[in-house]
Amino acid sequence: MTLFFYIFASLIVLGSIGVVASRNSVHSVLWLIFVFCNASGLFILLGAEFLAMTLVIVYVGAVAVLFLFVVMMLGNRFLGIQGILSSTRHLIIAGLILGVLLFDLVLVILAGADSDIIGFGFANTNTSITNTHAIGAVLYTDFMLPFQLSGIVLFVAMIGCIVLTLDNKVTRKRQKPQDQLSRSKESGMDLVQAPLNEGIDGIKYD
Amino acid sequence: MKVLTVLNMTEIGLHNFLILAAFVFSIGAAGIFLNRNNIIVILMSIELMMLAVNINFVAFSSYLHNLTGQIFSLIILTIAAAETAIGLAILVVYFKNRRSILVEDINQLQG
Repeated sequence: MTLFFYIFASLIVLGSIGVVASRNSVHSVLWLIFVFCNASGLFILLGAEFLAMTLVIVYVGAVAVLFLFVVMMLGNRFLGIQGILSSTRHLIIAGLILGVLLFDLVLVILAGADSDIIGFGFANTNTSITNTHAIGAVLYTDFMLPFQLSGIVLFVAMIGCIVLTLDNKVTRKRQKPQDQLSRSKESGMDLVQAPLNEGIDGIKYD
Repeated sequence: MKVLTVLNMTEIGLHNFLILAAFVFSIGAAGIFLNRNNIIVILMSIELMMLAVNINFVAFSSYLHNLTGQIFSLIILTIAAAETAIGLAILVVYFKNRRSILVEDINQLQG
């Protein structure tokens, strides 16, 4: 476990640096996928198999592909300069933020590292059932309200995306089902007698 | 001396995961300031920070033998997916209207 923890952790940190520091947005998305795959391995190491698989399915399968779609749809030249060489001022500010934040967090974590934390609450994980089974047993009983609320959040997000990206411009050609269904034989068809060697003028199309 | 015993490399404790999450969170926060121009990379940095929070939750859940952290992590995953979808939809609509998504061009609300 020790070896695998250090492998996954170093790859996660490497991938995170790749996300923020690469010049190309597509490379950033690919580094993000890399980070999430390694985090999934870390979750398996921690015994959270269901969450590991969910991370791969939701993030790599949906969110990262969404990012990739948007990056490729908008094109790289509209996205602006990014990455480690974008601006010296930004680099200094980012390095300052990184250093201060990291120093603080690591200091606090190390200060509390030898305190023994006692578990509390319900839903122990040390049973013989699998992780997925245990999560299901808790999620549909004790956490019913948050579960339903997250469903509502997803529903609202779906409606919001549809409303945002739907355009109702009249200049766009699109199918009109009510016009098609309201056609009759009289309005849609015109029977004329065509004389020999002469064209037919004045046919009205609707 | 306490720090040396804490940094014992052979045994993985809770603090190892917490320090990893701190690294990922800090890199994500720094990425927001590093990529001030590119709003898509800012969204990706926010995803990184959420991943750090998820690592914290799952590590605590595993070390405390309590599933609540994993449930919270699941809900964070849901919220992150919704947030990304809405954010990218707004981005696409903005690009359709303005032909640019550079952050310095988004200054209509400055008054």
